[in-house]
Amino acid sequence: MLVATAVTIIRTRKLMSAVMLMGFYSLLCSCIFMVLDAVDVAFTEAAVGAGVSTIFFLAAIAIVGRTSKPTLPGKTVVPLIACIATGALLFYASFDMPYFGSADAPVHQHVAPRYLEDSPQEVGPPNVVTSVLASYRGYDTFGEVGVVFTAFIGVLLLLGAGTRRSGIERTAPGDTNDESMRQKIVLREVSDLVIAPVLVFALYVQWHGDFGPGGGFQAGVIFASAIFLYALIYGIVPAQKLLPPRKLAYLPGVGLLLYAGVGVYSMLMGGNFLDYDFVAADPHDGQHYGILIIELGVGITVAAVMINIFYSFSERSL
Amino acid sequence: MIEGLFNYWVVIILMMAGLYVVMASRHLVKKIIGLNIFQTAVFILFISLGKVSGGTAPIIADGFAVYSNPLPHVLILTAIVVGVATTALGLAIAVRVYEAYDTVDEEDIAALDAEDQQRDNAVSTVTDTTS
Repeated sequence: MLVATAVTIIRTRKLMSAVMLMGFYSLLCSCIFMVLDAVDVAFTEAAVGAGVSTIFFLAAIAIVGRTSKPTLPGKTVVPLIACIATGALLFYASFDMPYFGSADAPVHQHVAPRYLEDSPQEVGPPNVVTSVLASYRGYDTFGEVGVVFTAFIGVLLLLGAGTRRSGIERTAPGDTNDESMRQKIVLREVSDLVIAPVLVFALYVQWHGDFGPGGGFQAGVIFASAIFLYALIYGIVPAQKLLPPRKLAYLPGVGLLLYAGVGVYSMLMGGNFLDYDFVAADPHDGQHYGILIIELGVGITVAAVMINIFYSFSERSL
Repeated sequence: MIEGLFNYWVVIILMMAGLYVVMASRHLVKKIIGLNIFQTAVFILFISLGKVSGGTAPIIADGFAVYSNPLPHVLILTAIVVGVATTALGLAIAVRVYEAYDTVDEEDIAALDAEDQQRDNAVSTVTDTTS
């Protein structure tokens, strides 16, 4: 089914349907992740793939146009040959892979047993994914947040969010759109019902990430998608009044600094960078506080980056 | 054997499909879609590697002894969010290309560039002869 969807995406020349199918494809992926026990990943894929990235694609094709021209006949042969050749090589290599689900595969031998057995004592949270993400591999996650931040800077430089003075030229077409959307009663009522619970749910995911699936990355994306919904129904101008882009542009930096600050604080208290044992008097409490604060930093950065990028695109398209 | 390797084969097919779109498609946004398909194929590969049969989600609780490997989950979880940020960056570049060329079609852009090149060459030869 996944393959069928992917092939349809390739075949179609209407970008609109390709983007919609991408959303469906992501949802299928997240179901697969769920079946494969990766609840955190399924969560993220559902929020990101089916929500945020679909909206980014829609915003982009609203600007660049909806149809792509057919590929020149001579141009398909070389890529096709290259793909089939690479695919055949990978297929050949797959026979050396450990069988799916086998417990003695090399992946499960190295550090994973320690994470699973010792993390409740060493770190605390029952959700091992959270303790690995925030504590054992805290450096890694810090790097990832840095990448998200860098991408945000890139988009800001390319498209420039909030740099235009609240534009006269774009309120005119914006208003008519707003009216037409506002008149769709079903959409408006449902989104009114949904937005507030989604925001609360984002906060729940943020703070409950230690115990159940969830954490800063998911919470940030869910929070951002609630704001997207608001902006789509009520128009971009009220959304920008709610969260002014100028102020919002500082928040990714704040989140990143919060994360780094925890690291520096633990250094000041005599530990290594991001060693939460030193954040509080009791190492166990320290781990707990450390994880909570850096997850908050991650959540702030991710949410602010997503909303900022959304603003940048929608300002261009109006 | 088919059951043991089926996941990897699906991943290979998806990966090649994504790669094909990236190489063959003319439309820049379509290329980014291809890149996304490739990316999800990698995600599925990692998560498949982390699965232990009979295991459950890696949230420690009483009554479960076998858990799937949490490490791939962590890597992919962050990779997804980074992926959407980089996708947005790619789309932003596509938008800027559109504003500069009025098209996001690879062939058209190449044609426009070639025209510019020719014009530049023509201008430079003219100035050379006059000087």
